[in-house]
Amino acid sequence: MEFTIEFFKVKSMNVLTQPWPWYISGPLIGLMIPVLLIIGNKMFGISSSLKHICASCFPANIKFFDYDWKAESWNLLFAFGIILGGLVAGYFLQDPNAIQISKNTTADLNALGINDHTGFAPKEIFTIEALLTLKGFILMVFGGFFVGFGVRYANGCTSGHSISGLSNLQFSSLVATIFFFIGGLVMTWLIFPLLMKL
Amino acid sequence: MKIIKYLLLGFVFGVILIKAEVVSWFRIQEMFRFQSFHMYGVIFSAIAVGIISIQIIKKFKVKTITGKDIKIGKKELNKGTVIGGFIFGLGWAMTGACPGPMYALFGSGLLVFGVVLLSALIGTWTYGKFKEKLPH
Repeated sequence: MEFTIEFFKVKSMNVLTQPWPWYISGPLIGLMIPVLLIIGNKMFGISSSLKHICASCFPANIKFFDYDWKAESWNLLFAFGIILGGLVAGYFLQDPNAIQISKNTTADLNALGINDHTGFAPKEIFTIEALLTLKGFILMVFGGFFVGFGVRYANGCTSGHSISGLSNLQFSSLVATIFFFIGGLVMTWLIFPLLMKL
Repeated sequence: MKIIKYLLLGFVFGVILIKAEVVSWFRIQEMFRFQSFHMYGVIFSAIAVGIISIQIIKKFKVKTITGKDIKIGKKELNKGTVIGGFIFGLGWAMTGACPGPMYALFGSGLLVFGVVLLSALIGTWTYGKFKEKLPH
């Protein structure tokens, strides 16, 4: 009896600290769609928050940012909630082991000079100091710019198009998702190896 | 309470993003190299649940908790979907993160993602500034 209780204690702790498999986390992400629709008729999407921050902080008389962003403030709160969720999960529920990525990926990254595979992002690129290197600056600053620019130009991101839009069987979201992937493949296979040589 | 629920839901989503490891730059590399099923599993099962949920909501005319009709907006297809989508994809593979994970990574203590987020904001602002001049 004692043993079983101990076992369940350990087991429930593990559920929180261990990584969650795709068949748990994927459906949970999918559930965001009906929950948001039912609690407030909101369509799941993250990238609009970037637009609302622009509209609230630096509208600069630009027509695109001249709208009632306060009416969309739920999206900003949702984004702020993600930061807090990241904080709690990152500090208290983090799996101490390195993420188990495929051996082929490990080998490919080693060949590109990325040898530390612990944490969520490689320390060779994603640090404050690396911002002062050409490689780090391009990957973080230009990369971030491409995400923010492209997402608005395409009118949605992985959540708004690939999850929400595809769930609603939108053709434009299928096109967007295909081009997200083409961009990602061109970067990963053709441009990224060149950037790593800088 | 009206608006706090979105903060709570965002919190839950942030925890899921971290626990699912989809915030990991390495997982995104794995995905674009077709070397693991993990990311595809997450994305496809999320879409499956989403499709079923939306079909149920439409079929049974489910209302919101305040009794209002649920309306789902359409996204129009234009040249921006293709060009913007491609540019977004480049940035996704460079930073290993789309907007949701950027927020979660910043929260998890990788403060340098604050710089990535700031760059994304500048990107969105630049799009707004030059929107009329871009092909759509």
